[in-house]
Amino acid sequence: MTKKMKLSQLSDMLQDLNVESLEGVTIEGDIELNITGGGGLNPALAYAIGSEISQISLHMANIGRILGFPAEQLFASAFGMAEAPQPQALPASPKIQELLASKFEVSKVDNWKNPIQEVTLGATSGDGGSRKSTVTIGGENALPYYFDAEMPHRNYVTMDVFDMPIGMAKAVKGNYEDVINDPAEWAKKVVRDFNADMVTIHLISTDPLINDTPAKEAAKVVEDVLQAVDVPIVIGGSGNPEKDPEVLEKAAEVAEGERVLLASASLNLDYERIAKAAMDYGHNVLSWTQLEINAQKELNRKLMKQCNVPRDRIVMDPTTAALGYGLDYAYTNMERIRLAGLMGDDELTFPMSSGTTNAWGAREAWMVSSPLNQDSDWGPREYRGPIWEIVTGLALSLAGNDMFMMMHPTSVQVLKEITQTLYGSIESEEIDITNWIGAEV
Amino acid sequence: MKINSPLEAYKFLPATNCGECGEATCMAFAAHLIDRSHKLTDCKPILEAKFKKKYEELDALLAPEIREVEIGVGDKIVKIGGDDVLYRHKLTFFNQTAYAYDVTDSMDEKDLVERVKYIQDFKKFYVGNFLTVDMVAVRCTSKDPAKFAAAVKKVVETTDLPIILCSFDPAVLKAGLEASKGRNPLLYAANKDNWKEVGELALEYDVPVTLFAPNDLDMLKTLAKTFAEMGTEKLVLDPGTFPTGKQLKQTLTNFLKVRRAGIDGDREIAYPIMAVPFTAWMAHDDPVSASYWETVVASVFTIKYGDIMILHSTEPYAMLPELHIRDTIYTDPRKPVTVDPGMYKVGEPTADSPVLVTTNFALTYYTVESDIASNKIDCFLWAIDTDGIGVEAAVAGGQLTAEKIKKGIEDSGFDLKKDTSHNTVIIPGLAARLQGDVEDATGANVMVGPADSGRIPGWMEKNWPPQKK
Repeated sequence: MTKKMKLSQLSDMLQDLNVESLEGVTIEGDIELNITGGGGLNPALAYAIGSEISQISLHMANIGRILGFPAEQLFASAFGMAEAPQPQALPASPKIQELLASKFEVSKVDNWKNPIQEVTLGATSGDGGSRKSTVTIGGENALPYYFDAEMPHRNYVTMDVFDMPIGMAKAVKGNYEDVINDPAEWAKKVVRDFNADMVTIHLISTDPLINDTPAKEAAKVVEDVLQAVDVPIVIGGSGNPEKDPEVLEKAAEVAEGERVLLASASLNLDYERIAKAAMDYGHNVLSWTQLEINAQKELNRKLMKQCNVPRDRIVMDPTTAALGYGLDYAYTNMERIRLAGLMGDDELTFPMSSGTTNAWGAREAWMVSSPLNQDSDWGPREYRGPIWEIVTGLALSLAGNDMFMMMHPTSVQVLKEITQTLYGSIESEEIDITNWIGAEV
Repeated sequence: MKINSPLEAYKFLPATNCGECGEATCMAFAAHLIDRSHKLTDCKPILEAKFKKKYEELDALLAPEIREVEIGVGDKIVKIGGDDVLYRHKLTFFNQTAYAYDVTDSMDEKDLVERVKYIQDFKKFYVGNFLTVDMVAVRCTSKDPAKFAAAVKKVVETTDLPIILCSFDPAVLKAGLEASKGRNPLLYAANKDNWKEVGELALEYDVPVTLFAPNDLDMLKTLAKTFAEMGTEKLVLDPGTFPTGKQLKQTLTNFLKVRRAGIDGDREIAYPIMAVPFTAWMAHDDPVSASYWETVVASVFTIKYGDIMILHSTEPYAMLPELHIRDTIYTDPRKPVTVDPGMYKVGEPTADSPVLVTTNFALTYYTVESDIASNKIDCFLWAIDTDGIGVEAAVAGGQLTAEKIKKGIEDSGFDLKKDTSHNTVIIPGLAARLQGDVEDATGANVMVGPADSGRIPGWMEKNWPPQKK
């Protein structure tokens, strides 16, 4: 036998519970409870029906709540609960009342096992030279400024000096007009006034297409510069592959014992002569290649195996392309070289140098305004130029570069400040940034 | 991404080689899934019901380690995060750092609108395109919800750029959310004191939210874990950007640690990271020093793992290097940016028009092309195949030679003697040393152009057409 109970009957039952707000609400009755079984209600059946009806009444009570009736209180009082339950939180509210504590942990890198070679530039009287101090670069066991290992040496800047007046961006030139005809004075100025750690003397007048200055004469300039300053020096040729070996040989000779850096040995000139000059007179070699990691390996290998240059006398220059002019390759090339070195490629475990001055070739660094009228205003170039050199160098410092060849005094100052800050040697007043949003700026 | 070889991805694909995705084989498609040049949804068969399980499994395996978070709506929507590697040469970095420049609710309405428009319209030509900035951050300095709402409303009316609502006061943030409904702004920020209220707002309005725990990575992770449990993973982490000294060094360490943990698989902290170079202005009074230092800090954190940042200086000398360093870091380093070698006509050249050569390095090519085109100089321009190396380096490295130039011109079917009235080639100033060789190789007159293509117009006025000999 089946007893059918319509929903409408339910509302009658609910009335007994004083669910007043449901009065007048008709629910079209598709829902039926089928109660099957014999006459009378046995206890199990009663339980089952009770369960169903309770479920339904809950649904109904929910409808009541939606209509604004405080159904919880009604249930609470109806069933004699001591306290009415708290109204249920809004659906958007967090269920979580306390922070779920968590500890931050991160591991150190486990495959940087090969330290970068240390190279010392310059020699004091104790080592057969005449420098007051030396500069040591390299020695890293991790990427620069990383917490995995202490960084043994900070970054250094060597400032460019030329053996003849050259074309320079206006913002650079203003700083050197008084010394442009005197490389020794120029060298003094960058050390005394601009805080250069080293000086690079570029013997560009030796280029056959420029002045074709004889190597012997160029070597005198090197002597003058060595006299003028007591920091380590770098000697650069003109970049002419035919002439440079001869020029650098002579320069190496007059700088004997000073442990200068000869710039550069490259694959497109007679690198053996340059390496030999470095060995004969006690210098270091800059191994210069153009944005190509395999060429860099090849040249380093040749310097070591073919020319017997000891490991502690090689510095690499994998080429600096300026910001916006190929820095994307230069950055990754250096980063890959440094990572390969740290992971054990012993043809690449050498400190690196960057011709950061190349940044001044970018038109954004020197041009008065954009040649394109669709561009937004570029603003004054006096401020644009130095930051171009800074950001170029800064990016490469993060890729692993150890020393920078630079030109603009402001660039040198800011680059040194940021790299030494990241190195950890700049003390500064602590700044509370907790409420930075409200800062009056 | 939990997998890194095409073979691993291939196992989940239907293996029908149907070609609907545009690749000949499923294996080829798998390779593009790994390098992210195709999306899984490009595979139509796997979207069928019977592959549902495989689709879901593979989709999870392909998900980037760092979650991707979207801010804003429509064309200008900004996506941040989504990275899988610590070093860009391993894969490339995706979703370049989003740059937001600030306005405050204490500004005059006129100044505010002007600044927002300046931010929105700032552009710089680069490699055939314009570099632009992305967002406006509205800082509450008034502490007044009504004022904040008014400023946000003005910003929303002025620009489609996504916005960041900056305050630690939930009432202020709520007012800002009401004023920017439907724009999916980023909330800045929840911290250890206000997290419950700000979390409720983020859930209620369904917007991304920044978690701020200055120099406290345990708290940062605690907040992230709590928010995930509350029901949102649209999170951005701000470990605090301290602008100077050892605090700045510590900031870098924090960024490195958070990203490494995320890439290494700690899901609780694998979210995009925010830097606030703005704080440089709390350390420097002089605006040039502050701008410089802000740019320096911005550069550090563009390179090392900042996914989004809030900046103040809108001086071009700050914005231009910021835009360029970002482009530098987010250019795919695995392939040189080149244009196809060959002849390009600029304007409508005739037999009397100049013939210029440059390299197929995209930067060089587009710079030269735009300098010529914007000055309405009709000419023939050759992109010589230098393996994507610029003029100066290509001359030094032997990728740009007289033979290459000769071959480049001839390969395009162009005959200097027949197709021009002047039989003259103009080479770049930085390739001056090739002049004699090019004359010998091509039999043409060779003129040396300026070292920078920005000077071509002036050079043309003086030197073109060439004097008859």
